[in-house]
Amino acid sequence: MASIPKIKTVFSKSLDDFFYGIAELAQFSVNVFREGIRPPYEFKEVLNQCYEIGIKSFVLVGVTAFILGLVLVMQSRPTMIEFGAGSYLPAMSSISIVREIGPLVTALICAGKIGSGISAELGSMKVTEQIDAMEVSGTNPFKYLVATRILATTLMIPVLTVYADFISLIGAFTGSNIKDDVNVHFYFNRVFEALHYTDVIPSFTKTFFFGFTIGLVGCTKGYNSKKGTEGVGKAANISVVVSMVGVIIIDMVVTQITSMLGYL
Amino acid sequence: MMGAMSHIEPGKQVAQPAIEISHLQKAFGSKVVLSDFNLTINNGETVVVMGRSGIGKTILIKCIIGLIKPDGGQMFVFGKDISKLDHRELDELRMRVGFVFQSSALYDSMTVRENLEFPLRRDRRKKITENIDDLVREALRNVGLENAIDLMPSELSGGMRKRIGIARGLILKPEIVLYDEPTTGLDPITSEEITQLILSLQQKYKTTSIIITHDVDLAREAANRIVFLAKGVAYTQGTYDELVHSDDPEIKHFFKR
Repeated sequence: MASIPKIKTVFSKSLDDFFYGIAELAQFSVNVFREGIRPPYEFKEVLNQCYEIGIKSFVLVGVTAFILGLVLVMQSRPTMIEFGAGSYLPAMSSISIVREIGPLVTALICAGKIGSGISAELGSMKVTEQIDAMEVSGTNPFKYLVATRILATTLMIPVLTVYADFISLIGAFTGSNIKDDVNVHFYFNRVFEALHYTDVIPSFTKTFFFGFTIGLVGCTKGYNSKKGTEGVGKAANISVVVSMVGVIIIDMVVTQITSMLGYL
Repeated sequence: MMGAMSHIEPGKQVAQPAIEISHLQKAFGSKVVLSDFNLTINNGETVVVMGRSGIGKTILIKCIIGLIKPDGGQMFVFGKDISKLDHRELDELRMRVGFVFQSSALYDSMTVRENLEFPLRRDRRKKITENIDDLVREALRNVGLENAIDLMPSELSGGMRKRIGIARGLILKPEIVLYDEPTTGLDPITSEEITQLILSLQQKYKTTSIIITHDVDLAREAANRIVFLAKGVAYTQGTYDELVHSDDPEIKHFFKR
């Protein structure tokens, strides 16, 4: 059994690492805003990153969203029918998807795919001196590599979420039609009748924060990675874990705020 | 410790040095790398910095280009104090200084062409009037790799990567070039080819150079002056012959006599 002083040391180190990580993220985000607003602007690289981050994720996000919508309806249908609420399936699925499943699942998929990708790419550029090479070419690597990626994730996660919501609703419609025969006009009329702007606006707004968090964590961990290739792997791993936890915490905070404002 | 051997003739008017380093200090935690390093490099001079591995040679040239911030001392490049330059001024100065990395540091996600185009497209001093493609091809011709223009860095051999790294470091036609171990990790024949390449490019572009190396052959062929870095200072300096015939045990041991 580990001795108490040893446990205390481990606990203290974990606490140190936690606060160090928070400070590192805070400092990085300040630098992002400072460098991001200062010209020259890297519009071309932002577009390039939007393509790399956003467009290349469409297939993965689409397939996952379709399956989730389909499974949601198939799992809920028996219970809803048991309580005589089968006709509420479109409303239930649309509110679940738009408020929670669409934004959260898109953000978690992107934390895994994009966050780890950014972290590994920047980490590997760091250990192979490519970031130094960029700096000696008269390019500010923070602006060129970091600010552009964070802006791209902040802009593309909302786009991917809207797309995921739409595909997921098609999945839910498909799920409804496996056992029942539901008309497409009827189904989507019920979907849009059930949705209110108080469902759409908070859930859409939080996706910008999700995107910023995923980009910020991925860039921070990658840019600050150390100890060669081992450090790159570690950075990618930590970036996925931290950004997923960050997304879930933001989701909880937004839900609380929405609830306090009386929208839930 | 041997004193510095002066190469400036008395009474001769001295132009402003390209690089002037005085009392440079750098430590990482408790490990002192540079304690009081002094060096002046004149325009057109090629200085080779030698010393044992991990002694701080790369740190020295990274301080000169502003990649690492020193703890103390002053560094003047073209008469400008590096520590007092803002971001923009530092970027402008860096356009006048080429840096050839030990690992070549080619951008993995770009082709050879894009690697060479990158510094040209980022050059904010002036609009490139010449065709970028012509400049890239000229740089590749200089290093004998015109056929590699559309290859990815992962498709290049170690020697080819070094050559492309040199081509990229020189593509803006810098007045100063800093080489970080350009022949390390190469076989003797390729090392000799890289040495000859560096010499021919120096003759062509009349650059001031600092070469960090352990390669005695490269030092003998390229150096106007060799600076031996030890104990955090410029331990001794002189021509190749002066160092090779030195009685100092540290120098003797290094040159394996």
